[in-house]
Amino acid sequence: MINKNKIFKLKKDRRSFLRLTTTSMAAIGSAFAIWPFIDSMNPSADVLALGIKEFDLSNIEEGSSKTVKWRGKPVFIKHRTKQEINEARKVNLSELRDPQKDENRVVKPEWLIVVGICTHLGCIPLGQKKSDTKGDFNGWFCPCHGSHYDSSGRVRKGPAPKNLKVPKYKFVDKNKIKIG
Amino acid sequence: MTKKFKNKTLAWLDYRLPIFSVLREALVDHPTPRNLNYWWNFGSLAGITLVIMIVSGLLLSMHYVAHVDLAFDSVEHIMRDVNYGWLLRYIHSVGSSMFFLIVYIHISRGLYYGSYKSPREVLWWLGIIIFFLMIITAFLGYTLPWGQMSFWGATVITNLFSAIPLIGDNIVTWLWGGFSIDNPTLNRFYSLHFLIPFIIVGVVFLHIVALHKFGSNNPTGIDLTLKQEKIPFHPYYTVKDFFGYGVFFIIFGIFVFFLPNLLGHPENYIPADPFVTPEHIIPEWYFLPFYAILRAIPFKLLGVLAMLGSILILFVLPWLDTCKVRSCRFRPIYKQFYWIFIFNFIVLGWVGSKVPEGHYLIISRICTAYYFTHFLIILPILGMFEKTLPVPLNIFKNPKTKKN
Repeated sequence: MINKNKIFKLKKDRRSFLRLTTTSMAAIGSAFAIWPFIDSMNPSADVLALGIKEFDLSNIEEGSSKTVKWRGKPVFIKHRTKQEINEARKVNLSELRDPQKDENRVVKPEWLIVVGICTHLGCIPLGQKKSDTKGDFNGWFCPCHGSHYDSSGRVRKGPAPKNLKVPKYKFVDKNKIKIG
Repeated sequence: MTKKFKNKTLAWLDYRLPIFSVLREALVDHPTPRNLNYWWNFGSLAGITLVIMIVSGLLLSMHYVAHVDLAFDSVEHIMRDVNYGWLLRYIHSVGSSMFFLIVYIHISRGLYYGSYKSPREVLWWLGIIIFFLMIITAFLGYTLPWGQMSFWGATVITNLFSAIPLIGDNIVTWLWGGFSIDNPTLNRFYSLHFLIPFIIVGVVFLHIVALHKFGSNNPTGIDLTLKQEKIPFHPYYTVKDFFGYGVFFIIFGIFVFFLPNLLGHPENYIPADPFVTPEHIIPEWYFLPFYAILRAIPFKLLGVLAMLGSILILFVLPWLDTCKVRSCRFRPIYKQFYWIFIFNFIVLGWVGSKVPEGHYLIISRICTAYYFTHFLIILPILGMFEKTLPVPLNIFKNPKTKKN
């Protein structure tokens, strides 16, 4: 309940009413004036323009992957084999720290697209090159603090709290995706 | 002074770190003459403008690139891509004009009411130092967009130092960090443009310390001795200063939103070209009177000295003006000369924007001569011969009734 006495007193006390309105106008005005200053530090138009990017998938062979740069971050594009897809789909959800079905992490099962940044403290996990270690679950292994990801990019072991993030993307045509 | 704070935590902290009582003394309790008019608003206006310039400048610096190949484009990037970048840049560029306008009025107020006279000479000096630092900062900042005017303005001003006998050329090379104005010059100008405003903040602090030692001068120019002649700074002058801010923001806003380029020069939207000098180089409007003095004198070294002297002479003004009465109100003859001086200064600014040929050159020479005559001849003589009006004992008394 708003203090009735207070309102009553305000009506009586012209000076404190004026003070209140003036101060609040000044506060509101300052808030509006400060916004452009704060917003100038947000991503600028040229940065946002790079936020949506198209990538060609045609030269990524089955079983191999490619790292592309999107919004300054590495994105893993993995052309999965039948075996890798099966492995990812067979997993019992109750075993997972961040339970998510593989079906919900891909648009087409043979293409896994995830942001290649460990959800623990931001290192880039190994596993993109053929020679890299892929961790205990045939996906990725983060060398910084030892997190293991499976072939769906889900965390299976180590300190990472979440699965590798799936960016928003769609297929423009059969061999082309647009991320962002 | 040693009033305690009611809040126990505050009292505890203030006992150990007396910053709150100092602030309260300066911004709340400070006894201020009750008869200050609106010309006394310009000190606080200069203060808020300095804050606006530092904040907008800080945010601009996050997007600006100090490199000869990228500077011009980064400014356009600020204008087109950065969120509200156009607003920040226009606030900063129009703000510099507003800052100078306010400070010119502030200085004129001091000249009119004799605020520079004893015991406020050091306060006056600190003000001139601030003005001088502002000139340097504004000049450095104007080179940063790396347009044609930036480049050639920087060329002309740095070449002033070549007028120094014997070592002049070495100094210019040292300033440039090369054999012409180039990337090293731009980098150091940016660095100094960032630094000096904070030095200004420091000098402003001293300016306020010196001000509070004897308190503000007032329109009558007399020393206030009665308690009733003063009122606490808060709420009387806080409210009055805030009202001034409101009026100022409206004027500032009109320029920022509707006339942002009025006070600038279109030539500066052409990227700097070291092989093409613009037809004639015009500094920003606030430098024009001093630029006119520089060009009025046909000898290089003398011209530079006259220009510097026109500012430095203000340092000795408290002794050149020999009259004991401060305010123009009681100095009928000085009042006339004051307005002639102001008019002369504006004319100097006007001829400063013209090509120095024919009658413009003659006018600029007459005005330059008068500028120095005012300080070196008129003021000392006036002090001796002017018959001042009777000065009241306090601000409540009508000076004309002083006879009894």
